[in-house]
Amino acid sequence: MRLYVEGLGLRGPGLVNWPAGREVLAGRAPYVPAEVVLVASELLPVAERRRVTDAVKLALIVGSEAMTHAQASPQTTRSVFVSSGADGATITAILETLATKNREVSPTRFHNSVHNAPAGYWSIATQSREASTSLCAYDDSFAAGFLEASVQALTYNLPVLLVSYDIPYPGALGIVRPIAGIWGIALVLSSQQTAGSICALSVKISRSAEDMPHLPDPDLDIARAQNPSARGLPLLSALAQEAPGRVNIPYVAGNVLEIEIAPMIRSAI
Amino acid sequence: MTNLALTHFSLASCLGVGLAENLRALKQGHSGLRLCDFETVSLPTYIGKVDGLEGERITGSLAPYDCRNNRLASLALAQDGFVTATEEARQRYGADRIGVFAGTSTSGILETEIAFRRRDPVSGALPEGFRYRERQNTYSVADFVQKTLGLKGPALVVSAACASTAMAFGNAARMIALGLCDAAVVGGADSLCLTTLYGFHSLQLTSQNPCRPFDEARDGISIGEAAGFALLERADAVVDNASIRFLGYGESSDAHHMSSPHPEGLGAKAAMEKALKAAGLQPPDIDYVNLHGTATKAGDAAEDLAIAALFGASTPCSSTKGMTGHALGASGILEAIVAALCIRDGFIPASPTTRCLDPKMLSNYATSGAVKPIEVVMSNSFGFGGGNCSLIFGHPR
Repeated sequence: MRLYVEGLGLRGPGLVNWPAGREVLAGRAPYVPAEVVLVASELLPVAERRRVTDAVKLALIVGSEAMTHAQASPQTTRSVFVSSGADGATITAILETLATKNREVSPTRFHNSVHNAPAGYWSIATQSREASTSLCAYDDSFAAGFLEASVQALTYNLPVLLVSYDIPYPGALGIVRPIAGIWGIALVLSSQQTAGSICALSVKISRSAEDMPHLPDPDLDIARAQNPSARGLPLLSALAQEAPGRVNIPYVAGNVLEIEIAPMIRSAI
Repeated sequence: MTNLALTHFSLASCLGVGLAENLRALKQGHSGLRLCDFETVSLPTYIGKVDGLEGERITGSLAPYDCRNNRLASLALAQDGFVTATEEARQRYGADRIGVFAGTSTSGILETEIAFRRRDPVSGALPEGFRYRERQNTYSVADFVQKTLGLKGPALVVSAACASTAMAFGNAARMIALGLCDAAVVGGADSLCLTTLYGFHSLQLTSQNPCRPFDEARDGISIGEAAGFALLERADAVVDNASIRFLGYGESSDAHHMSSPHPEGLGAKAAMEKALKAAGLQPPDIDYVNLHGTATKAGDAAEDLAIAALFGASTPCSSTKGMTGHALGASGILEAIVAALCIRDGFIPASPTTRCLDPKMLSNYATSGAVKPIEVVMSNSFGFGGGNCSLIFGHPR
């Protein structure tokens, strides 16, 4: 499968956006973790802005960044949202309520608890009726989402926005399912090369990849291992090099996504 | 769209376990809904419950996956020779050439709900033996099905609320068309739990009676549970020409509200139009529409407007949720199999809980059903978050 990267979005501890993250992931700037601040998208109606949770804020922040970078229109861009745990804080709050005597679940919490809540708010925020899906593949969620976004871009010849996001579970679930840090990654993929294409990708599913990805910075490599969405960082790191490269991302059932990267050569004309 | 065949399918719902029991109930217009007697739930509502799951166990190497949702999936897989059929497909195509595209909205959250009541009073820790990955995580059902069937191809779970398992058909069709797999197991499971029962109750969307789709007095949904699976293969690779065909699908978003549909059904209409286009069909080519029809005031009214805009007052349509309940994330696969049965056995299901058809409805709602040859069926699934999916199935001739 041959695809083009049209735009990127990134948010993680100490990495406020793709331009800042690119410098760190390319090794041109040191990695200094810092608290992640999440603000609700201004594209949302005021009433909705008050209701959205951190998971939705995170997904919309990185999604908007990638779409702006790609200069893509949401009206003609399909979207693939992927998360291993979705909104663990909202789910925990409901579970705590259900463990009490009165079991009075908040209706807003209930509709925010669905795995596709960010997809719903994205559609409301952008007024896009284009198709959207919401996926999960446990620790391989980023890989599953990336593969599906690639497949959709080639199937429909439309740009596809991929948003991968994961936030920690609080409390008791945080112990049985430790997810560290707040990480969101977004890419806009296209089957067609455009004037704004950042690089070309060649993607295939393989069962025999030699080297598994790691990041040179030890703190970032720990982040990669501890947050399912951060498993997309090796791809972003390879893109940040702005040089031909190759990255393998583990996928389900012993498969691997082999991704070859070829940066666009900008002619001087 | 690449011509695909549903070479095998299996089903477990509150109407019965296996295709024969479901077919009998559908043709007789029998409702499987009952007053809620689930777990410790005390809500004035009706449910579509699959009997006996409490006594089922997943044992052996997959014992960590034992939870209501996977028990239901396991029960469906065990029906109608489905495991044998996938075993044969595995030998024909190879384990890594068959994908698993499953959907769920609940996954095994019920077991976590129960575990939260049993947290350590001092530390707050979950009880010994709690399994997150294999039971609660949204991917659990695809992981369980893939391991049960010994498959190693692409896999994912779609979790887009009530459109989940319908959308999974699209994932399979795209992957097969691009040659990333030769065949796919499509389906999934959604099971009764406290989150959905109390959650829909909090939104005042559950009925106190067996739900009445398109009825003047409809007042909400009856939550059900179901699991179903279909084996999808390229029609040109299939020897058995009698297999039902998967002709097209369409997906859209409402861009309106998280928990109520677009009032004019614009998202629903867009999904149906896309499905017709993908199948290369026109509205008059559709013999029957199996509606989303959950029996909420707003949902049925919006779907009716979308149907009337596309089909006028001619094409028969009905909702089977008065019989099966709303199986939420599993409603897509449940109703895809209902569509396949309608084509295979030549009937339009009745809507036995609909007593007084809402006179404001513009579409041709087939309250009494019919026995007649059916060539092409459209099946609608619309979900929270405004995700819509419409599927089209057809007779192989």
